[in-house]
Amino acid sequence: MLEIRNLNVKLEEEDKQILKGVDLTVEAGNVHAIMGPNGSGKSTLSYVLSGRGGYEVTGGSATLEGADILEMDPEERAAAGLFLAFQYPVEIPGVGNMTFLRTALNAQRVARGEDEISAADFLKLIREKAKTLKIDADMLKRPVNVGFSGGEKKRNEILQMAVLEPKMCILDETDSGLDVDAMKLVSDGVNALRDEGRAFLVITHYQRLLDHIVPDVVHIMADGRIVKSGGPELALEVEKNGYTDILAEVA
Amino acid sequence: MGLPQAKIDATEARLAGVSLPEGAGWATKAREAALARVRQMGLPSGRDEYWKFTRPDDLLSPTAPEAALFATTGKPVFSDIDRIRLVFRDGVFDPDASDDPAEAGLEIARLADITGLDMHWASGFYGELEAAAHDPVPRPFAALNTAVATDGVAIRATGRAKRPVSLVYLHEKTNSDAVLHFLVRVEPGAEVTVLENGPAAARFNKVMEVDVADGGAFHHVRAQGRDHERRAVTHIFARLGEASTFKSFTLTANGVLTRNEAFITFTGDNATAHIAGAALGDGNFHHDDTVFVTHDAVACESRQVFKKVLRNGAVGTFQGKILVKSGAQKTDGYQISQALLLDEDAQFLAKPELEIYADDVACSHGSTSGAIDETALFYLRSRGLPKSQAQDLLVLAFLAEAIEEIEDEEIAADILTRLDGWLSRRRKG
Repeated sequence: MLEIRNLNVKLEEEDKQILKGVDLTVEAGNVHAIMGPNGSGKSTLSYVLSGRGGYEVTGGSATLEGADILEMDPEERAAAGLFLAFQYPVEIPGVGNMTFLRTALNAQRVARGEDEISAADFLKLIREKAKTLKIDADMLKRPVNVGFSGGEKKRNEILQMAVLEPKMCILDETDSGLDVDAMKLVSDGVNALRDEGRAFLVITHYQRLLDHIVPDVVHIMADGRIVKSGGPELALEVEKNGYTDILAEVA
Repeated sequence: MGLPQAKIDATEARLAGVSLPEGAGWATKAREAALARVRQMGLPSGRDEYWKFTRPDDLLSPTAPEAALFATTGKPVFSDIDRIRLVFRDGVFDPDASDDPAEAGLEIARLADITGLDMHWASGFYGELEAAAHDPVPRPFAALNTAVATDGVAIRATGRAKRPVSLVYLHEKTNSDAVLHFLVRVEPGAEVTVLENGPAAARFNKVMEVDVADGGAFHHVRAQGRDHERRAVTHIFARLGEASTFKSFTLTANGVLTRNEAFITFTGDNATAHIAGAALGDGNFHHDDTVFVTHDAVACESRQVFKKVLRNGAVGTFQGKILVKSGAQKTDGYQISQALLLDEDAQFLAKPELEIYADDVACSHGSTSGAIDETALFYLRSRGLPKSQAQDLLVLAFLAEAIEEIEDEEIAADILTRLDGWLSRRRKG
């Protein structure tokens, strides 16, 4: 699904290398987690993959189902099936949540050469998806993320994911700012989307999210590289001992 | 204190060809007094404190600068609203094109038809609020309007008017110079909505005096016409009685020069005044909102919400003041003026002012200018929206706080459609 080869990235504005040769392959149907200390480049990786400005790729490649995504605009990547659940979802006053979602879904459909979804079909779709995430009609009507609590914002991200049905989902610290109940709700939403044809890359600081979204592979990222990969037990090791031992071991 | 000779000369040059209308009946005295006021304060120059951001030259020339007519397609704004249309062609009322003004709860009359009548409610009111609005800042174009206005209408709401009164301003001659004066009196507990749309003329000077009695409500929504070359200086003077409501929203898209002045005074307690504007400028566009709200009563709430979207050399200015007099305790005053600069050629000049003489008040003001938020833009694009569409959505989001000041949902939806149209015509694909 997602193939990253020797990806090197620096900040556009300053001479600071953030990613220093990331190699990662995520197969369809799998959940990969990336853990790592602050400043290791986890969020940068998610931004570079989804096309945020401010970064310069100095080497390497990233492909989604064989297509070079680094050359695409963010909206083209979205239409190709990439989705980033933001750590800090953005508030858009004056634009209704539901209107926004329908606009986004139709923009993707048009970009893929598909027909737009009818208003009735969309309503049916969103009601069904919102219900499982316990998102009520009021939240759908309100402006995008405006006045939402931390938990509501994250649930809204998962709702967008559920409606847009991407192939490759990147979750950037989706657990930050969530209480236990909200984390359960969000995780259930993600688990409901796990599918043969879909892959996840879950970026997190804490193992606890991975209790709910059980990964197939766990990677440890440090200083712009993936330094160690393993099964779910690797996350437990981090939780118990921190990163120090692992980093010392691979140094 | 005498005026500088240059100002006297400029004022006399402008007034040289001006004569007061004949047969103005009871308005004659008010017109003469207004002309005297113009001479006393002089017409503006760029040296005047409140004309530093906006050059008055085009408003001072003896004749109107030419303004090409603008062919619009599609239905004009408010077309689908059930309303009483009063049509003006280049500043002249056209009764044939207008609707029958008879409406329950309303008395509507052309000024020329009532100035000969004794005992009319409007006698004594013509020019009254304008005359009271020059301290501390003179508004000479308003006084000039009172003196020379060639047409206008008096609207009296005696009950809750069902349909809005819709003033439709058509621009049909490239050199028309329209001066219109409106009087609005909202009786106790009565309610009226006044709509205005259209460019009116090559050059337009408008005064609307609005007297809202206790418990009355005045709603005002206008769209100032898309003719690129039109010029306008408009004034709204409002006096608000106890527990009255005043709400005004203006959409301005295009126009080389627009100055919208508002002068609102609370004279009764527990009243509310909201005045909002959304201005969209691309290229040769100068838009000025000059607002003065005086709290002279207890526990009144005022809001000023002005948003401007500017690009390609467009200039926006805002001069807004909240004056809280010493007895006006429990005042709640709010003022925000913001500009979204879509490129580096656009300019926003703001002068927010608070002057407070009471000690138990809550007043806040803010003014910002900035570019499109890159993070928000990326967020929308990451969901699949093309860049131009994402940018337009953020423009609408930026304007939302001003649009929300329109109470009527149908009218608000119509205004939103206009905004969307303006944006989509400029979409780069």
